Amino acid sequence: MSRIKTIETKNITETVKNGGCGECQTSCQSACKTSCGVANQKCENTKK
Amino acid sequence: MVHQYKLNGYNIVLDTCSGSVHTVDDVAYDIIEAYKNSSEQEIISAVTAKYSDITENDVTECLEDIKYLEQAGKLFSEDKYENLAYEYKNNTNVIKALCLHVAHTCNLNCSYCFASQGKYQGDRALMSFEVGKQAFDFLIANSGTRRNLEVDFFGGEPLMNWDVVKQLVAYARSVEKEAGKNFRFTLTTNGMLIDDEIIEFLNKEMSNVVLSLDGRKEVHDKFRVDYAGKGSYEKIVPLFKRLVDSRNGKDYYMRGTFTHHNVDFTKDIFHMADLGFTELSMEPVVCSPDDPCALTQEDLPKVKEQYEILAKEMIKRKKEGRPFTFYHYMLDLKNGPCIYKRITGCGSGTEYMAVTPWGELFPCHQFVGDEKYSLGDIWNGVKNTEAQDKFRKCNAYARKECKDCWAKLYCSGGCAANAYHATGDINGIYEYGCELFKKRIECAVMMQVAESEEN
Repeated sequence: MSRIKTIETKNITETVKNGGCGECQTSCQSACKTSCGVANQKCENTKK
Repeated sequence: MVHQYKLNGYNIVLDTCSGSVHTVDDVAYDIIEAYKNSSEQEIISAVTAKYSDITENDVTECLEDIKYLEQAGKLFSEDKYENLAYEYKNNTNVIKALCLHVAHTCNLNCSYCFASQGKYQGDRALMSFEVGKQAFDFLIANSGTRRNLEVDFFGGEPLMNWDVVKQLVAYARSVEKEAGKNFRFTLTTNGMLIDDEIIEFLNKEMSNVVLSLDGRKEVHDKFRVDYAGKGSYEKIVPLFKRLVDSRNGKDYYMRGTFTHHNVDFTKDIFHMADLGFTELSMEPVVCSPDDPCALTQEDLPKVKEQYEILAKEMIKRKKEGRPFTFYHYMLDLKNGPCIYKRITGCGSGTEYMAVTPWGELFPCHQFVGDEKYSLGDIWNGVKNTEAQDKFRKCNAYARKECKDCWAKLYCSGGCAANAYHATGDINGIYEYGCELFKKRIECAVMMQVAESEEN
């Protein structure tokens, strides 16, 4: 593709099947304490 | 949903439902913008008229690429997640994180404190070991099969109840293995009581420490003063440096608050970086709109510009070999959160709760002291199921205003406390916060794009 470059990203749609283990950090617990943001959280699923 | 924007010389196209990120040239940018609302012939006519060096074939080729990405689920992908959000939260009934308010008192007297100088609109109090121990037992008993459990020692100022913090950590460590759990501790402190013994313990036991510093001395000392009115900067900065220097790579955040009085808050972030701190977080003040330190509508474009300045400076400093991180810009596009994390909200009131010094449960630290939201206690569990159900229904799809918002899979519906304080309803919209959040995500993605172009 000459005009479009796609950056490698996690396919969110795929995680419908194997996501949801809940082992990740609670969103605002350990840094901001005043805003909900989930995009910067790490995935901690060890069985994916 | 597709969101496209131009920033720092990059044309960026986000396909939010698949998580795909594309960078495109001006021609593709215009074609993608028109793709869903115009016929191919209309697009060809418009684009060839606008760009003299672009032929019909060029446009057709680009349209083919867009179609390919659409079929591959990387562009204009459908949002099929709404039902998942409700199902997941209805079927999950575990608690995995507690904010332990070990001290409802503070040795600083910061007028902007959302917790009213640590008292949370109530009396000063310290948590006893017995209450804290019961909180850990409550957490373990209600955590189901979750292994990683988080506990934040919070206040007020938690170091004012240091012996109890140490005893509680020892207790948790003594039971975690048998319970099949892994406790991760955080302590949030203003730094005033830090000494060598505390540094050694924090660096051994706390997987994260949050250190409150607002930036430049004059900014920090405007609010963060003791009861005699004396600024705390000179005392705490050397202590924070000693702590961080001996942390051996473990997580920490220098966390500041910016207000109407320092809308140029990037100067404060750069000041922290220049002091040698590299893990930085800076949050907009949470306060009533009539408070003199509240951010105003006039501040909004300036604050947005500051986020751009920050992103550009971070790119520059990284190239110069002196990088620092900013909490809200830490996007990991390859190993970020799954869809469940993205749609189910922050977990306040369901998987995350705050515990007062006397063992009362609240949905999160920002609701402590508001009796309507008292959920129950650590001996008898959640009794106010009506309030808890409201939080269970909080997710990325709970607010009609979010329906067409591109950012909802990044913010997961936003902070319930901010919404409540802005509108009186946890399902309201704190628009000012939304504006800032969207700007931060645009900047964070742009930084990822810049890095990928660099490589």
